[in-house]
Amino acid sequence: MRLLRLVLTRATFYAAAAIFAALFAIPLVWLLFAPFDARANLAVRLPHPFTLANFGKVFANAFAVRALFQNSIIQAGGAMLLVTLLATLAAYALSRSPIRGKDLLSYGLVLFSSIVTGTAAMVPLFLLIYSLGLIDTQLGVILVFTGGLLPAAIFIMRDFVDSIPRSYEESALVAGASAWGMFKDIALPIVRPGMMVVAVWTFVNVWGGFFVPFILLRSPSNMPASVAIYSFYTEGGTPIITLTTAYSLLYTLPVLALYLFVNWRYGFRFFGGIKS
Amino acid sequence: MPERRTILPLRTGLLFLAPAAIFVVAFIVLPFFWVAVVSFTNRSLTGPGALHPHFVGLTNYLQLFAPRTFLQPGQFGSSLLITGQFVLFSALIGQAVLGLVLAWLFYRRESWVKQTVQTLAIVAWIIPDVVVAFAWSAFLDYGQGTLNHILTGLGLPRVDWLLGVPMLSIILFNTWRGTAFSMLLFSSALGSIPPSHLETADVTGANAWQKLRDIILPLIRTHIVTDLILITLWTFNTFTPFLITGGGPAFRTEVVSILTYRIAFKYFNFGSGSAIGMIMMLINLAFALVYLSLLRRREATR
Amino acid sequence: MARVVFDHVSKHFGAVRAVDDVSFDIEDGEFICLLGPSGCGKTTTLRLMAGLEQPTSGRIAVDDRDVTFAKPKERDVGMVFQDYALFPHMTIAENIAYPLKVRGAPAKDRAARTADVAQSLGIDHLLERRPGQISGGQQQRTSVARAVVHKPKVFLFDEPLSNLDAKLRVEARSFLKHLQVELGVTALYVTHDQAEAMALADRIAVMEGGRVVQMGPPLEVYRKPATTFVANFLGNPPMNLVPVKLRLDGGRARLQAAGLDVAVDPGRASRFRDGADLTLGVRPEHLRLVPDAGEATFTGSVYTVEPLGPETLITCTVDGQLVTARLFGDEPPELGDTAHFRIDEHHLELFDDAGVRVER
Ligand SMILES: Nc1ncnc2c1ncn2[C@@H]1O[C@H](COP(=O)(O)OP(=O)(O)O)[C@@H](O)[C@H]1O
Ligand SMILES: [Mg+2]
Repeated sequence: MRLLRLVLTRATFYAAAAIFAALFAIPLVWLLFAPFDARANLAVRLPHPFTLANFGKVFANAFAVRALFQNSIIQAGGAMLLVTLLATLAAYALSRSPIRGKDLLSYGLVLFSSIVTGTAAMVPLFLLIYSLGLIDTQLGVILVFTGGLLPAAIFIMRDFVDSIPRSYEESALVAGASAWGMFKDIALPIVRPGMMVVAVWTFVNVWGGFFVPFILLRSPSNMPASVAIYSFYTEGGTPIITLTTAYSLLYTLPVLALYLFVNWRYGFRFFGGIKS
Repeated sequence: MPERRTILPLRTGLLFLAPAAIFVVAFIVLPFFWVAVVSFTNRSLTGPGALHPHFVGLTNYLQLFAPRTFLQPGQFGSSLLITGQFVLFSALIGQAVLGLVLAWLFYRRESWVKQTVQTLAIVAWIIPDVVVAFAWSAFLDYGQGTLNHILTGLGLPRVDWLLGVPMLSIILFNTWRGTAFSMLLFSSALGSIPPSHLETADVTGANAWQKLRDIILPLIRTHIVTDLILITLWTFNTFTPFLITGGGPAFRTEVVSILTYRIAFKYFNFGSGSAIGMIMMLINLAFALVYLSLLRRREATR
Repeated sequence: MARVVFDHVSKHFGAVRAVDDVSFDIEDGEFICLLGPSGCGKTTTLRLMAGLEQPTSGRIAVDDRDVTFAKPKERDVGMVFQDYALFPHMTIAENIAYPLKVRGAPAKDRAARTADVAQSLGIDHLLERRPGQISGGQQQRTSVARAVVHKPKVFLFDEPLSNLDAKLRVEARSFLKHLQVELGVTALYVTHDQAEAMALADRIAVMEGGRVVQMGPPLEVYRKPATTFVANFLGNPPMNLVPVKLRLDGGRARLQAAGLDVAVDPGRASRFRDGADLTLGVRPEHLRLVPDAGEATFTGSVYTVEPLGPETLITCTVDGQLVTARLFGDEPPELGDTAHFRIDEHHLELFDDAGVRVER
């Protein structure tokens, strides 16, 4: 009787796990097969005939290549550098200097940033970039993403800096280091893991971001891959499925790779809103 | 209180803070007030309102709330209702419940099964918007889509997902898309429960359901509220349904973010778009305040 | 090597007086222990010395140079932190050499000096490892090495042994003492462990509530505690403190409490009136077991018996008050027995109603 119950419990567990696995996997299977299928349509089937020519099509498409290998990289990379640098400096200051009301400031930051979302603030963001003369520029996109992601990045980073004992920096000071030497030799290397996480997080967010470039950019030559994919599967009438799936796969790979990297290097630590 | 020990002098601290502060003020604080200002004008992208916007008082708000049109398709009231349903069914019910079920299913089980299922959920969560939207457009396609293939394989009739039941489609999509967050949050919450609590319950002979109800849920209550508020905020503001349905057919999936986009960037009516943005921010503010007060209370009791 | 002067130094954090009007001189090469319970201001005093805090008022001088507001790097001190604070991204060698590096010493000299110090501390085989890869005791030595490598004028230690387990702690203690004597460097050492302070210090400064309540050689502080607080803090078990009433009767003086009656030199009690409330203090090792009530100065019933090997601790209750005796060799009484003790007057300390020791 007990054995039977045990077997039944186990069986139920595996059945449930299998169903959930299927639920999450099935909508993506098509995306895995279609890029290698010379005659791909919207149906799932094993690639037949198997081909890599779809990727050739991607590389032959100047618009797609430019969007993925230039614009997306510039925008995600630019925002990544800016956010990581500014968030590190700000979080370090919030953690280590005697700024009055810094906790209130941190709360206010979180509060404001969860209120002023990209969609709710689309008009003023557009007007701001417009009045800066940055409509249809990569810089405009980078700036808006940086502003939007900074609060959460500062929050993650401050958590990280706060968890580091101050005695590291103090022992550097007592050892005779100058303030700058202490920051460069000790503080920066020690917070580097936190910076890596923030950098990856920012990169992934901007890389996958659609709405901001969608409203701020006009010319095809400035579009990142996200907007390019959207234009492929909508504006082209019947979508060019083979090209778009292959392109989507290429576009997704860095995100998966970065996820694996962070997972392997730091363990997938759980940061409140790692995805905004 | 060693936290107060300072290492950076005040001046250097302010210097470090300044660049980030400039960005936050320009891109977060300023837009908050700007949206309010624009919402009282007839500013537009083209035409006379572009060059010389002028003050129109509450006109934009009165239009949004005009009782005659309020609930008509494509109008603000109808859009709010759609958004409410979307948040309720895809986030509060879909993501949170499924996330809790998954966290509970794999609680205190370390195995490749757990790894696999959780990784798949996380993959669904981290892949870029346009890609998952594209995949789901195919998945839900009437003629060739995988979902209808599965249905016919089971002997069930096909469903016209995108045109017939578009709301259900984006709800399923968003549940699938966002469950990983709740699952991870609940997993870490469960992980922080001391095993002795459950062992005590085991000793008293409680069954799994009683353990969940009497011990686990009360212990992770604050995590649950945190989760609900965060996913509500995100779902309320998301633009992603646009990538699948474009808000259609006939405005049936037009959540407020899409409505704002249509009014501001298709009709170029910035004034009216800002009025909606303003209301969205006020709703966000309400959620955020509840969340922050909760966060403080939790810190105070720690 | 240096003389250190603290001159009426105070440090307030808002309303908290972490350090309150502290003055002392440290002689060249002296080993001073700051001893006191948690929160009494020891760390803050040390950090004032290091330049990590600036005093609210007062003056600090090293070798007649005023360093009150000097930056840490201008003070030439070496400090061992409670958590060692070894830089996790540097090797042991890089950690030790860091003070030399920031002073711009040439790489060759750095390497030579690092090797020297590491060898004298017995960690030369670890130089290429990282802090995470060595044991607690080795981390502690590395931290000491980093503090001494540039031959500072003053050593600062903040509870450097508190993260070690008991056995290692005693070993590390003798080692630190040896090192300090060998180097002859002035040292300021913070601890809340009285045994550590007794073992290490040339002089102990006992702190309470931000103030130094007594400063002197270990045995002097042990034998003549300035206040009941000090008496209670030093020694394990601490000094017995019993509230007594003074009886002046003709030319004689007696101290009395339930179960206790002892005569004292009237000269010691001269400034008090008959019936004054005083506190009697006696170290556990100064209670002598006597066979019968006749010779005894105090009688109690045995509450616990703790045989510790060379000695046995007997705790008696006297009118609800616990009094502990340390007995060597004697055949100890048993639980529940009535025990008679004798206290010789010259072992007896008196404290007035403010807890301050009465001079003989
Ligand atoms: N940076 C600070 N801000 C506020 N209060 C402090 C700070 N540092 C120490 N204190 C307070 O000063 C008192 C003495 O602290 P400390 O010197 O660390 O004591 P100890 O080292 O003897 O345990 C404590 O009450 C502590 O709370
Ligand atoms: Mg301390």
